[in-house]
Amino acid sequence: MDSIRERVLDKYSARVYKNRKDHVITLDSDKPNAVAANTRAIPGIITQRGCCYAGCKGVVLGPIKDALIITHGPIGCGFYTWGTRRNKAFADEVDGERAESYIEYCLSTDMQEPDIVFGGEKKLKAAITDAVELFHPAAVFICSTCPVGLIGDDIHAIAKWAEKEYNIKCIGFSCEGYKGVSQSAGHHIANNQLIRYVIGVGDKEPVKKFSVNILGEYNIGGDGWEIEKLLKRCGIEIVSVIPGGGSYRDIKNAHLAALNLVQCHRSINYVADMMLDKYGIDWIKVNFIGIESCKQSLRSVGEYFGDEGLKARIEEVIADEVMNIEEDLAFLKGKLKGKTAALYVGGSRSHHYQMLLKDFGMKTVLAGYEFAHRDDYEGREVIPDIKPDADSKNIESIEVQPDPKYFRVLLTEEQREALKEKGILLNDYPGMLKDMEDGAIICDDLNHYETEEFLKILKPDVFFSGIKDKFVVQKSGILSRQMHSYDYSGPYAGFRGAITFGNDLFMGLSVPAWSYIKAPWKRVPNIAGSIGGEK
Amino acid sequence: MLNYTEKEVANRKALVINPAKTCQPVGAMYAALGVHGCLPHSHGSQGCCAFHRMFLTRHFKDPAMAASSSFTEGASVFGGGSNLKTAVKNIFDLYDPEIIAVHTTCLSETIGDDLNALITDMTIPEGKYVVHCNTPSYKGSHVDGFTNMVSGFIRYLAKKGPETNEKVCLLPGFVNPGDMREYRRIMNLMKVPFIMLPDTSGVMDTPMTGKFEMYPKGGTLINDIKDVGNCMATIALGLKVSEPSAAVLEKQCDIPYQALPLPIGIEATDKFVMALQDISKDEVPYALEEERGQLVDIMVDIHPYTFGKKVAIYGDPDTVLGIASFALELGMIPKYVLTGTPGAAFEERARELFEKFGMEGCMAKEAGDLYLLHQWIKNEKVDLLIGGTHGKFIARAEDIPFVRMGFPIIDRYVHSYMPLVGYKGAMRMAELVSNALLDYRDRTCEEKDMEMVL
Repeated sequence: MDSIRERVLDKYSARVYKNRKDHVITLDSDKPNAVAANTRAIPGIITQRGCCYAGCKGVVLGPIKDALIITHGPIGCGFYTWGTRRNKAFADEVDGERAESYIEYCLSTDMQEPDIVFGGEKKLKAAITDAVELFHPAAVFICSTCPVGLIGDDIHAIAKWAEKEYNIKCIGFSCEGYKGVSQSAGHHIANNQLIRYVIGVGDKEPVKKFSVNILGEYNIGGDGWEIEKLLKRCGIEIVSVIPGGGSYRDIKNAHLAALNLVQCHRSINYVADMMLDKYGIDWIKVNFIGIESCKQSLRSVGEYFGDEGLKARIEEVIADEVMNIEEDLAFLKGKLKGKTAALYVGGSRSHHYQMLLKDFGMKTVLAGYEFAHRDDYEGREVIPDIKPDADSKNIESIEVQPDPKYFRVLLTEEQREALKEKGILLNDYPGMLKDMEDGAIICDDLNHYETEEFLKILKPDVFFSGIKDKFVVQKSGILSRQMHSYDYSGPYAGFRGAITFGNDLFMGLSVPAWSYIKAPWKRVPNIAGSIGGEK
Repeated sequence: MLNYTEKEVANRKALVINPAKTCQPVGAMYAALGVHGCLPHSHGSQGCCAFHRMFLTRHFKDPAMAASSSFTEGASVFGGGSNLKTAVKNIFDLYDPEIIAVHTTCLSETIGDDLNALITDMTIPEGKYVVHCNTPSYKGSHVDGFTNMVSGFIRYLAKKGPETNEKVCLLPGFVNPGDMREYRRIMNLMKVPFIMLPDTSGVMDTPMTGKFEMYPKGGTLINDIKDVGNCMATIALGLKVSEPSAAVLEKQCDIPYQALPLPIGIEATDKFVMALQDISKDEVPYALEEERGQLVDIMVDIHPYTFGKKVAIYGDPDTVLGIASFALELGMIPKYVLTGTPGAAFEERARELFEKFGMEGCMAKEAGDLYLLHQWIKNEKVDLLIGGTHGKFIARAEDIPFVRMGFPIIDRYVHSYMPLVGYKGAMRMAELVSNALLDYRDRTCEEKDMEMVL
């Protein structure tokens, strides 16, 4: 199998080869399987990666429905992140406290040349004033774009000014696009500010005995709502979802929950870790994508709380959910079993969706992450071995102390030991590779050239990726489904979601159009007819 | 839906809400894709390139290939020269384009990278080209970015030789591949030899063949770009988007130009055809005359449903003015016309149109946004909304029939294959507009009023 990897990398110049060779491996359980990750993309090598702003504003903050986000910069960045991620939300009221939803709006200071030359602080202040007068928001978030950092506008001072002036929560996010090496830096910056200024601000205690936050769930196509429904059926209270469909109103109380459930490890693990240190709240890595994964995730929550009644309810819910999909699952297994897939998504979905594909008996031949770190591939045990480089050092990493008022000890050492024996991992993520089979190709920051070449050789039945490479792949006759936007379908989370996913995949593979690619006259090997000169 | 939009129009000091424009580089990337064998290159953070590729792909539902200088914090402090050098080498090594078309971003513009100097100092393989244009995101809009890239190609490549090539240089404006194909058909019918720069047909509307082509068959050939220096005249379609590039070519190669509005609707298409006839000195072929007659016939046929209807139109300046003028020709009232792109000429041209058709009480706005447009509509409702995808929330909030035209349309398919320009394009617009109005009527009228025949 290694020859496939070599065949693809072989075309690179020596310098590019030297960089890329550590990002691409053929999985072999007899070897250490280290995957270089979270390092700079090479200029000119067509990467699918985005920037820090995209990770901060676009991914982590964008879904917080009642935070009015003002993009401070030229118009483009705000425009491109306006309604393009499918993070669903609606305004609601809980116990008399309202959370608005500004999801349909895009606000920008639309910086012009004079603002670049003379500074944009005045304009930002005026924009906040406009925003407060028109929307009366509870919270305003300011997100910086590239030029803001270069010209030195102090958005944090302006945020402080706005808090005083208008008696609102106002937070600055210095997420200039050039920071870090991918969206990942933006996740981290957003995480830091949420810990600093949002989580811990509220004092609304959960009502139920079993309460959780859902972390790193973006409610794409309604996934988060599906997960909430499942947990609620089991009798678990959701204090907050960070951030999909979530709100400043709820996130400020997150520190009062008993447990954190981490769906996307990459984008939110900083919050999970810091909440452990600051409030004593443990986290469990869950995955509500895939039938077996859903079962396992729900059971982990049951084991964590250790309550027999809860565990019984969870089993009832699982049995009921499974019963409802059995027939569809059997049908889809019949259609999809044995098919192969390649996955290239952000920082968790390449792992999550493999588990769902396994439910259908499908095999993953290639998987990669766009902006993951080594721990997302290899597991958190490698974190001590990751050497910080110039780029990662530039992203602030904050240390938190136990909160004098809210820090709690939720489990005894004995309880922790007991959970460990049951195989419940606390505050840990084993990574994607352990769930994969030998011989699969792992490719970090899979670029355009590698996508084309690997797919030519591996010929998977489907490639799960994003919009930029979707049509590249489909032009070559291979189905591509977008795993960032679900091709405007979903929800894919939960038991019913797994079936929706399977149906979408089956639909894509069986659409008659694929059979028309070759025109009938091209299928005929020779032109039939009379030979020249003969009658 | 858009529940926080206030009816009362208050004077905002700084905030743009729901923009009707985006930034320059995406326009430059689109223009560069219209050159055969060209790889657009974004000199800035890789996020810019990702966003622009994402947006173009979503509009065209076709791959938009482009590379980035992938700036890091270091490059942002010390300059992006070495990033560009590395990028160009890697691109020629791996992707082997004929030409790399570099555009800048707000990042590289703010730090002041001198692209002229960087490209001059670069080793470029024999027979290959690297060109650039400046597209600071904090000035103008995506429309200016398109213009700047077209001018960039001309600056680098157009050369005047001793003899004219007897061709017309056609600057198409920021339009879809479907429009470019329609231009080509009209030029051929009019027997006017031409070079169109850029030409995204055959690049952003490629067929499914089972094989991905990084450089599809379409696009203006480099040799043709060089040869525009020998054209006998330029026809610049779109006064905002194309005239500045025509002026660059005039200055550089002494080629006279005629700037016309985008040929959207009957009068603007007439002007275009007359300009071509002026060059061909030949009869307008019956095929075109027949189309025109068909269009007029349709306009008479549908007038009971279009006449006097109020319409709000938003999008890019030339496109909006073109749609507005066709609306006027249909007897509609272009109550509100708005563009996010700055430039005072838009409002002047809109007012000229209003006056010409004796319209009173119509409003035009440059550098506006969709929040303002929605406020206007809340104050006086319209019967129809025309523009790109982003207006659909207003259409739903106010229950207004909606027709998608312009850029970007990221929630519908097939539109980019179909023209708005020419008589054929106007027929399509007439169909879209009348269908939207009649569908709305069928959907909302009382059951007793439902008509079988309309």
